[in-house]
Amino acid sequence: MTGLKLIGRKFSRDKLAFTGSLIILSLVLTAALAGLLAPYPEDVFSIHPGERLQPPSSNHLFGTDSMGRDIFSRLLFGARITLIISIIAVGASMLIGVPLGLLAGYYENWVSEAIMRIADVFLSIPQIILAIFLAQSLGPSIHSVILALSVTYWPWFTRIVFAETRALKKTSFIEATEALGAGRLRTMLLHVLPNVSSPIIVRSSIGMGFTILTAAALGFLGAGAQPPTPEWGVTIAESRQFLPDAWWYATFPGLAIFLVVMGFNMLGDGLRDILDPRIRRGLE
Amino acid sequence: MHKNNLIFVAKRVLYAVPAIAGLLILAFVISRIIPADPAALVAGEMASPQQVEEVRHQHGFDRPLYTQILLYFSQLLRGDLGKSLYTGRSVFSDLVDRFPATLELTLVSMALSIAVGIPLGIAAALKRNSILDHLLRGFTVAGLAIASFWLGLMLQLFFGMWLGIAPLGQRIGVSPPASVTGLYLVDAALTLNGEAFLSALKHITLPAVTLSFSSFATITRFTRSGVLDVIQEDFVLYERAMGLPPRLVIFKYLLRNALISTVTQIGLLFGLLLAGTVVIETVFDWPGLGLYAYNAIILSDYQAILGVTLWAGVIYVTVNLLVDVVLGLMDPRKTEL
Amino acid sequence: MDRSPDTLLLNIERLSVHFHTDRGLVRALDHADLRIHRGEVLGLIGESGSGKSTLARSVLRILPLSARIAEGDLSLSGEDLLAMKESDLNARVRGRGITLIPQDPFTSLNPVFTIGTQMEDIVKWKGSAGIGHGPPGEKVIEILERVQIPSPRDQVGKYPHQLSGGQRQRVLIAMALLPGPDLVIADEPTTALDVTVEAQILQLMKSLVLGKGISVLFITHDLGVASQICHRIVVMYAGQDMEEAPADVLFSQPRHPYTRELLESLPNPEGTIRDIPGEIPNLIQPPPGCRFHPRCARSTALCTQALPEKKAMAQGHWVRCLYPLES
Repeated sequence: MTGLKLIGRKFSRDKLAFTGSLIILSLVLTAALAGLLAPYPEDVFSIHPGERLQPPSSNHLFGTDSMGRDIFSRLLFGARITLIISIIAVGASMLIGVPLGLLAGYYENWVSEAIMRIADVFLSIPQIILAIFLAQSLGPSIHSVILALSVTYWPWFTRIVFAETRALKKTSFIEATEALGAGRLRTMLLHVLPNVSSPIIVRSSIGMGFTILTAAALGFLGAGAQPPTPEWGVTIAESRQFLPDAWWYATFPGLAIFLVVMGFNMLGDGLRDILDPRIRRGLE
Repeated sequence: MHKNNLIFVAKRVLYAVPAIAGLLILAFVISRIIPADPAALVAGEMASPQQVEEVRHQHGFDRPLYTQILLYFSQLLRGDLGKSLYTGRSVFSDLVDRFPATLELTLVSMALSIAVGIPLGIAAALKRNSILDHLLRGFTVAGLAIASFWLGLMLQLFFGMWLGIAPLGQRIGVSPPASVTGLYLVDAALTLNGEAFLSALKHITLPAVTLSFSSFATITRFTRSGVLDVIQEDFVLYERAMGLPPRLVIFKYLLRNALISTVTQIGLLFGLLLAGTVVIETVFDWPGLGLYAYNAIILSDYQAILGVTLWAGVIYVTVNLLVDVVLGLMDPRKTEL
Repeated sequence: MDRSPDTLLLNIERLSVHFHTDRGLVRALDHADLRIHRGEVLGLIGESGSGKSTLARSVLRILPLSARIAEGDLSLSGEDLLAMKESDLNARVRGRGITLIPQDPFTSLNPVFTIGTQMEDIVKWKGSAGIGHGPPGEKVIEILERVQIPSPRDQVGKYPHQLSGGQRQRVLIAMALLPGPDLVIADEPTTALDVTVEAQILQLMKSLVLGKGISVLFITHDLGVASQICHRIVVMYAGQDMEEAPADVLFSQPRHPYTRELLESLPNPEGTIRDIPGEIPNLIQPPPGCRFHPRCARSTALCTQALPEKKAMAQGHWVRCLYPLES
């Protein structure tokens, strides 16, 4: 399996992908072990009015919020929420978008036209606005955020898979497979899909980044997760009225978002460098 | 070429019609079919069961679906987007009122991103792997990872609250200039109102910088890779082989090809900016559509949200249409029938 | 053909070019020798990977950044091209002394500018010593007529994708001749064309070049094409030059085993094609000595020692081989 070996070697040499995946690994661990890592795990729910708005100290690494809750602990649990939202949203978009893209790319009839037109319609409204609209229609909550994000992100996957499938169709690859007797479904799953997997993987990683930012924005606007959920966007929204004095309240959740999105973007970029064929390096 | 161009434009315009129709249908599905009780949504949280019933009857939610669709489209064509719970006025007039503020912010941000992003992108591509290139790449990667609302807050905190050199919000600190276009900067310039111009400029700075930050990152990246792609092209190699002066190759040939890829991004960019205005206007108390949407969320003003969504969609489709047309005129391959 | 030292135009001696890649150092050219005299058409024959394009690009010094000219001499009319400053190269050599007819006529023309614009830019910046007097627009029309493009005035406003392959190639030939070069490098000029168009283009090139004092480095993998236009032919394999001879002599009396294999792999009257046994060598770890030795029936251990020196077989006929074929 020299292909995989080469990818593996490239991966460890590519600083971008490597650092990115380190960050994400830490995120996943943090989210999973939030209960153990948080100094005040009960602060997800309990309030301590006597300790409100305290600056960072040895007791409270990132200070306390308006209800006296330890921000650091809440951020750790917020990581969990962030991860869950984005993984499900991106995963669902992939499950919807990839098959649709395969179908649309493979066939060349009204079905593929219809699919792509519908995808276009979903792409004609900026994602966050559509997400707000959907979330409001369902009632703001984490669930409506997840649904809204899945429903608005799938067209990206469809487009990529569509383009790659069509490109593949232009080569004789698919013809040859079918000539050998492989059925349509088989061809799509076993032959086309592996070939389009690289762009899908890259797009997922970048999609995680976008989704996290959008989810946080929805939380900030109050269109998604609601207080007292320790979601990062919600926390930043809460902090607004206490600025400039309680600067820590707004700063740290934002840094957390930044770090995580950076991680996914770096991973996505690194993967793209590794998985995409090298641009002609002038070897004639 | 002329006839080709006209046909191309006509085709493109026609293509936009089903896109908008699809958009409207999608909005219909989301607002009428998905919610448990559309009437309750429209009536608002404060409404009594009686009021909800009234709304249901008034808006025709109790009628069969096909009647509802017809009603829906006829309302939209008349410009009737319902009434806002927040302002009490028609949503349509609210949108018209508040659009100029958002437009001004978006235009200034776009101008900023382009003015900074394109030259930097070109420079980075030409001096590939130099310090400038690496710095820029790092900067843009970071730029795409920062939550814009958080950046806005941080800038507000730093420049507005700590340093006190920037206003904390609003569009202007003095009375607004006489209205010609609704864009304060333009109006102030046209009416030679120096005081208003300066104030408007001061107020738009932070929100525009924040808004343009992530789109600047996108433009720089795409311009850079657009130029790099072009550099790899055979025709550039040929132009080099034939000893054409580097300045000619860069500024005449390369630029045109690379710009085409950048213009392609402007449509996407506009969408990003439009999306960004929702949070930025909220942070900076900017009286545009974004803030309107935010208030609508807080108050569960459903008609307003529907109105903003439709408006945003139509604008986005229109802008993309314009971009496609411009692209078609720039790249002769596109207008080939 | 006067091949005395004072008509020597291009002199390449022991040229070695290396590429630095992820997978290692690619030794694309290994001590290659080449000489072109004024007015002669030299064919450069080889399979892909033989180093012909690398050689061409080295002459114009437009190698990619990953390439290094490891050693060798390169001179044009006595002037050292390797020592020349970039600005000089650009001003006097590229597109002036030496012009290029590139391999792919479609991708070599800028798609968003008309051919008229691109040709006028050549006239404006590289001169038009190859054509008479007049404003740039007129010169363009004239040269288009010379390359037999019908109704040139209608064509100048067209974009590359609106022309046929053959027409694009004619445009590129025109652009190569406009500056009145001493040497034209034609990199596989007919490979991308249909067979019928190929014949026309070759005919055109012959009429434009032969007897006009213009030298041509004609790069191709097609021996048949080379036989029609070249005075002399150099055969390359895996970055090494193997044999050099006048065209007719090369075909009738090849002395290098590789040349003979090449000739035998041409479709014969029965229509069968014989493959040369073996594979093109890996240029990162090339076979030592003569790079053809692993596929050569005549090779011995001696062949791995070093690159064989050039041996004269007859007047103007050289071979790099320790065991050349009998005549």
